[in-house]
Amino acid sequence: MSSSNNGFLELSHVQKRFAAFVAVHDFDLSAERGEFVSFLGPSGCGKTTTLRMIAGFEYPDEGTISVDEKDITHLPPNRRNVGMVFQSYALFPNMTVARNVGFGMRVKKRPSAAIKKRVGELLDLINMPEKADRYPYQLSGGQQQRVALARALAVEPEVLLLDEPLSALDAKIRVALRKEIRAIQRQLGITTVYVTHDQEEALSLSDRVVVMSEGRIEQIGTPAEIYNTPATPFVASFVGTLNLIAAKVIDAGAGRVSVDGQEIRSSKPISEARDGATVTIAIRPESVELGEAGGTNRLNGPVEDVSFLGSIVRTRIGLSDGATLSLDTFNDPNLSPAAIGEVVTTSFPPEACLVIGAGPAPEVDVVAAGV
Amino acid sequence: MRRRRRSSIAWWLVFLVAFLYFFVPLYATLDFSLKAKPAFAAYTHTFADAKFVGSLLYSLVVGLLTIVASLGLVVPTAYWVQLRVPRARSIVEFVTLLPFVIPPVVLVFGLIRVYSRPPVPFTHTDLGSTALLVFGYVVLSLPYMYRSVDAGLRAIDIRSLTEAAQSMGASWPLILWRIILPNIRVALISGAFLTLAIVLGEFTIASFLARPAFGPYLNLLSNQKAYEPAAASIISFALTWLAMIVIALVGRGSRTRVQVGGAH
Repeated sequence: MSSSNNGFLELSHVQKRFAAFVAVHDFDLSAERGEFVSFLGPSGCGKTTTLRMIAGFEYPDEGTISVDEKDITHLPPNRRNVGMVFQSYALFPNMTVARNVGFGMRVKKRPSAAIKKRVGELLDLINMPEKADRYPYQLSGGQQQRVALARALAVEPEVLLLDEPLSALDAKIRVALRKEIRAIQRQLGITTVYVTHDQEEALSLSDRVVVMSEGRIEQIGTPAEIYNTPATPFVASFVGTLNLIAAKVIDAGAGRVSVDGQEIRSSKPISEARDGATVTIAIRPESVELGEAGGTNRLNGPVEDVSFLGSIVRTRIGLSDGATLSLDTFNDPNLSPAAIGEVVTTSFPPEACLVIGAGPAPEVDVVAAGV
Repeated sequence: MRRRRRSSIAWWLVFLVAFLYFFVPLYATLDFSLKAKPAFAAYTHTFADAKFVGSLLYSLVVGLLTIVASLGLVVPTAYWVQLRVPRARSIVEFVTLLPFVIPPVVLVFGLIRVYSRPPVPFTHTDLGSTALLVFGYVVLSLPYMYRSVDAGLRAIDIRSLTEAAQSMGASWPLILWRIILPNIRVALISGAFLTLAIVLGEFTIASFLARPAFGPYLNLLSNQKAYEPAAASIISFALTWLAMIVIALVGRGSRTRVQVGGAH
């Protein structure tokens, strides 16, 4: 799970305990200069604790943290050159927007002319030059978070940390601000660590995603790697929606399994289980097609439900023992959806069939699961 | 509709009873103070008495010193407890409530016993006794000052504000001075004026430490004169109200509202 050495931001074997509870376990990460890395995982997985250790608000019990080859593990937060954006904005209520943005530079005793110039530049960057004299309570949530971003950038930090910065905003503002954050990050080329539990946010923003669970790294990879080739059952189930179906191994070496008495094949040999054992296979709904054109694997069954999700139509096919297989197709107004009860053939390629572990499927938010 | 009218009548009734409870004794005192002949004689005599002005000024200075000492003790304590040891909050709250269960007479005897002999003979000099008086008043004002400051701190997200300031390079003293104090200004002023009100009216500790404070002066006056103590009470009440109006005026300029969500 560890990545290459000599990155700009290095976390090496970082561990953090709170009494007997291990919040972060043996965390290794190497981020390049200018890279956008997201920590993705459910609540309590240790992502915020790791971010806080980079900021200096928590200190690791073991391991080291370095920025640009300088060990900052035990430096207090005010002596690290790290900018932080909080979920709650944390703007100083007693200061105007301009004074909030200029605060860090005033602390560093920069000349007032330089502060004024830089504040002006940053307010232009966040498209809020006319709000310089407003107080935080006079701004909307989205505007407050943009000011918080400008304030964090004002001190020209080596690393920018964002702790679920969009989760207090409504959906439309979230998407707009997400694009703005990415654009500003690219423009400034600043190394950024972004904490979120929103997979869409992580996948759309990041150069690389660190998926975490119970204090451990489950997988580090590009958004495409995380989505297409999940390394663990947790990643497969946490990122995106998918079908988790129990299958019986027919020939482990050839990747052949049986689902509902129908034989399908994985593109890779099955190393997790022997012939005759039960394994969990994961299939993304968008990898499955109605009809026989989707690939060499076939599963037949009656249509149990058809739901419209806007641009997508999700069709649920019944398999035996209560198991189901969901598949997504683009919503085409010229095509009529399958009728409920109609027995249909579905198909998908062996590459879409991932064996993600022996035993029963994990209990996660999935579109279909069962034996 | 009838129910709403009934509850409105009940509300006004409660208000009227409370109003009478507070203002009838005050009116009686005012009325009594005006009975001296010629008109306002009690007030002119009171203001003409050098001891009135002297004791009032002494108590005001002691009150200001108490406020400074109390803020210096309570603000960093309450801030640190909320930020770093929130579990200790109930213990600290209990400690600050002790002045309610320990009578001032017990407190002052304790202070005199401990601080009237070497190595800390505070009571041997006027300055030392005044310092001891300030210490006593800091203890007496703890429940009010701590609650005011604590409420002020709880109204803002001190953790995030502190961490935001730290990440921009600010030190602890700078964070307290530039971020925390301005954002709990109204709470500080409330605590300060409550403390001042306590100091202006306190009798026991000042009396046992033989300090020329306003409380003992009022007591002495009431033993010697008829109308002047009532006039002095009305004057001190007016001063307290003046302080409250200042709080309201200062608080009106507060900019500590924080919006947590929303969209434009």
